[in-house]
Amino acid sequence: MLFWIALAALTAAASLAVLVPLGRPAREHAAGSEAASIYRDQLDELARDRERGIIGPAEAEAARVEIARRLLKSDADAGKASVATRRGRVIAIGAAIIGLPLIAIGTYLAVGSPLLVDQPIASRAGQSPQDEVQDLVRRVEEHLAAEPEDGRGWEVIGPIYMRLGRFDDAARAFDNSRRLLGQTADRDALYGEALTRAHGDMVTADARAAFERALAQDPANIRARFYVAMALGQSGDKEKAIVAWNALIAAAPADAAWLPTARAQLATLQGQPVPAAPPAAAAAPGPTAADVAASASQTPEQRQQMIEGMVAGLAARLDQAPDDAEGWARLFRAYIVLGRPQDAASALSRARTALADKPALLAAVESAARENGITSN
Amino acid sequence: MIVELGHYALVLALALAIAGGTLPFYGALRGDERLMAIAPSTTIMQFVFVAFSFAALTHAYLVSDFSVLNVVENSHSLKPLLYKITGVWGNHEGSMLLWVLILALFGALVALFGNNLPLKLKALVLSVQAWIGVAFLTFILATSNPFIRLLNPPVEGNDLNPVLQDIGLAVHPPLLYLGYVGCSISFAFAIAALIDGRIDAAWARWVRPWTLTAWLFLTLGIAMGSYWAYYELGWGGWWFWDPVENASFMPWLAATALLHSAIVMEKREALKIWTILLAILTFSLSLLGTFLVRSGVLTSVHAFATDPTRGIFILCILCLFIGGGLALFALRAGTLSQGGLFAPISREGALVFNNLMLTAACATVLVGTLYPLALEALTGEKISVGAPFFNMTFGPLMVPLLIAVPFGPFLAWKRGDIIAVGERLLFAFGAAVLVVVIGLALMGFSAAMSLLGLALAVWLMVGAASEIAFRIKLFRAPLMESWRRGVGLPRSAWGTAVAHFGLGVTLLGIIASTAWNTEIITTMKPGDTVTIGSRTLTMDGFLPVSGGTYRGTAVRFTLRQGGAVVTTLEPEKRLYTVQNTPTTEASIKTFGFSQLYVSLGDIGADGATTVRIYWKTLITLIWLGAMVMAGGAALSLSDRRLRVGAPKPARRAAPATAVPAE
Repeated sequence: MLFWIALAALTAAASLAVLVPLGRPAREHAAGSEAASIYRDQLDELARDRERGIIGPAEAEAARVEIARRLLKSDADAGKASVATRRGRVIAIGAAIIGLPLIAIGTYLAVGSPLLVDQPIASRAGQSPQDEVQDLVRRVEEHLAAEPEDGRGWEVIGPIYMRLGRFDDAARAFDNSRRLLGQTADRDALYGEALTRAHGDMVTADARAAFERALAQDPANIRARFYVAMALGQSGDKEKAIVAWNALIAAAPADAAWLPTARAQLATLQGQPVPAAPPAAAAAPGPTAADVAASASQTPEQRQQMIEGMVAGLAARLDQAPDDAEGWARLFRAYIVLGRPQDAASALSRARTALADKPALLAAVESAARENGITSN
Repeated sequence: MIVELGHYALVLALALAIAGGTLPFYGALRGDERLMAIAPSTTIMQFVFVAFSFAALTHAYLVSDFSVLNVVENSHSLKPLLYKITGVWGNHEGSMLLWVLILALFGALVALFGNNLPLKLKALVLSVQAWIGVAFLTFILATSNPFIRLLNPPVEGNDLNPVLQDIGLAVHPPLLYLGYVGCSISFAFAIAALIDGRIDAAWARWVRPWTLTAWLFLTLGIAMGSYWAYYELGWGGWWFWDPVENASFMPWLAATALLHSAIVMEKREALKIWTILLAILTFSLSLLGTFLVRSGVLTSVHAFATDPTRGIFILCILCLFIGGGLALFALRAGTLSQGGLFAPISREGALVFNNLMLTAACATVLVGTLYPLALEALTGEKISVGAPFFNMTFGPLMVPLLIAVPFGPFLAWKRGDIIAVGERLLFAFGAAVLVVVIGLALMGFSAAMSLLGLALAVWLMVGAASEIAFRIKLFRAPLMESWRRGVGLPRSAWGTAVAHFGLGVTLLGIIASTAWNTEIITTMKPGDTVTIGSRTLTMDGFLPVSGGTYRGTAVRFTLRQGGAVVTTLEPEKRLYTVQNTPTTEASIKTFGFSQLYVSLGDIGADGATTVRIYWKTLITLIWLGAMVMAGGAALSLSDRRLRVGAPKPARRAAPATAVPAE
């Protein structure tokens, strides 16, 4: 509400900027007087120049005549009366009261996001599960700094980098996992996706090569097919791109998150108006992490193990010393963020068992679970 | 809410610019003073709204609001406070907002302090200014909106490009933009005069303070950019004839020409048409500079082609204002009356010579900058036009101009006496000859070319001083009288002398640092020592450094002279972890006007480090000279007669007695 009031106040201030001078009485004022005063000043200046010898006597006289002529001309210009018309005033008032707010509000509603609140980082700290991600990332990064040849570590951190929008880092991580663990269709596709996102959704030659390698191994790899179709469109190979998109869309589950993007791409290629897509889809053109998790065949076993490893330290510590409500809360959030609600639920049951005789702590743990949307099984 | 209000304020500024560009303009054409009177208030409110919008974006940076895409892309919550602020304009969107902010600021200044302008001229000037505002605000909102929001804000930002995390680059763009955008005022005055059909000496006087202001900031901005390149890029060079540098140098050359031709127009009402054309060209070059830097066309013509929205938009703005301005000029120039007459040897003649040389030099730089682009676009061949081209073309144009500079202020208006002027410059000539003779005796004929350059610098400096000495009758009249005359001399005369002196200082720095520099590139291990002139530099060892978003290694060097420790230097190699970008931080120590510059190359596994060591004789004079030039402009700007804002045109005519004796 406050926002709309402020909006109205700003608009009113803008309208007043036009209205106030209109209402002011016309000043007594002679056109041309400003120029005349400058010429009189110049005559004085000429006299001073003459005194200082910057101009010769004959030239000074000629210049004086020149300036005097200008002075007379400007005096002749003076006294032209102003015509204040009713029509001009009506136009201006109309523009201020109707035109200006219409342009402003209309443009703003087209480009702005009036419903989004500010999200300064200070007010977000501690609320979001993303702090936990940050924590995990830091630990994995430390681990990788010590053991840079740990391919599984790179494989784990890659998707998290993607989610954090650190695409360059993600590309590096996937490249390392590919190098250390061996190439698979999925690793190549992930690497290509990271490269593509890092280049502002342009499929670069390197990325394209990665997708082609992925398709050579697994022709059904959705991620690689998606980006190859995009690459075809970007390189101007319209017909092939349209065929590729149609095939992808036909085979897609109806709720796949990347479908709107695919449809939009197809529509653009066919020269049709782009169907309205939710903004979230525009922000993430590729298959999302949820898709990857849904198609279990694409998720390598190793990644699951590594995720276990990442939170294992925390889980083991809590099993030994369960009197740490905050620790449990962090564990829950970590599981949820990594897309593993079943583990979160089992952690909750373990917490309940361990804290059965400590109701205060248990209540805190229960509320943390509720916050994260965990229900026990 | 603050972010969205900032966004809305930007939209409102656009709406106001549309109103301010049409209503007063219509009023000026119809002679309706009520409508003309709207211009100042819409212009001022437009500035208020843009400033509010800019403040809102800055606030988002300060509190690391990662729901704003622009903040995510260019900031990081751990970044030092200063670079959170400077990050606002360290990127495309933010810098365009800064551009518009400064445009609105200049408009507001004209609205506030232009009380001595005729109502009609003022309304027209502010309308033209508003059109430029409309174009750039639309550009921002349509293609470069810094207020785009994210539904799901990421946890952390991507950090600002580490090369830009530097105080030099923090102040460089605002200064440069003050210069670029300041040129829009003389453009607006030129267009207004063409529409109004009246151009006279009074016009030139009204424009001059604005041109001077723009020139002052342009000078400082270019000097700052050059110093930044010198210490940040690690190569010890201070000017690379890089297209981005040229983009700022061309408006400077044109603005310098404009400054001088406007004097002729003001004093003698000559060169009117030429001055108007120069005003249009100067702003066109500013726009071109913005286009070159902002459209991505410089990195590669193809990069421009792959994401053409922004580039094409700026290109349209460019065509609209340059084409429109020149078309209007072609249409109306014939109707302008010619001004005063003058002999070839006269102050006017000297200024015409200045203009010819400066515009020719500007054209040279333009060709050198655009030719590679045109070639790449047409044939796909990538060439780079570098220092050799500019040294062979720009240099020869500058030499006669620089030789002529001391003559100009001595020559009388309308008809000058070149022989008398020559006599007055004998002392400066003698000083220049003396430098060459002493130099030859000390260094032999191998240094002859450098010595001639040095002589030119001395000629400029002593020549500028001679003019003041002559005007105040130094040594020819009692000291008290010289003092009285010096005080009474108009500030603009002092400004001219100081600016010309500064030009000499810069030239001295350029010649000396090019001719007498020592460059050592070597591999050193801890304990190694190299000799630089009379001093020795020893590498002591490595120390780790870290801060904000980087970590790195510093190497400590000790500088000794005759066994005694003079100082220590610690150049660094840094890695900015968020963007995974390495940078080199040179260590620079100043001795008098000269500098010792140490920068690190690769650090080998065994501690063997590539070290670049430069001794640059008198190099700081290059930038100090630019500051002296800017100081000259400031002096001239403070001249009573040019002071803007004094709302006393009506009273001014009578009290001629209040004018101090000069």
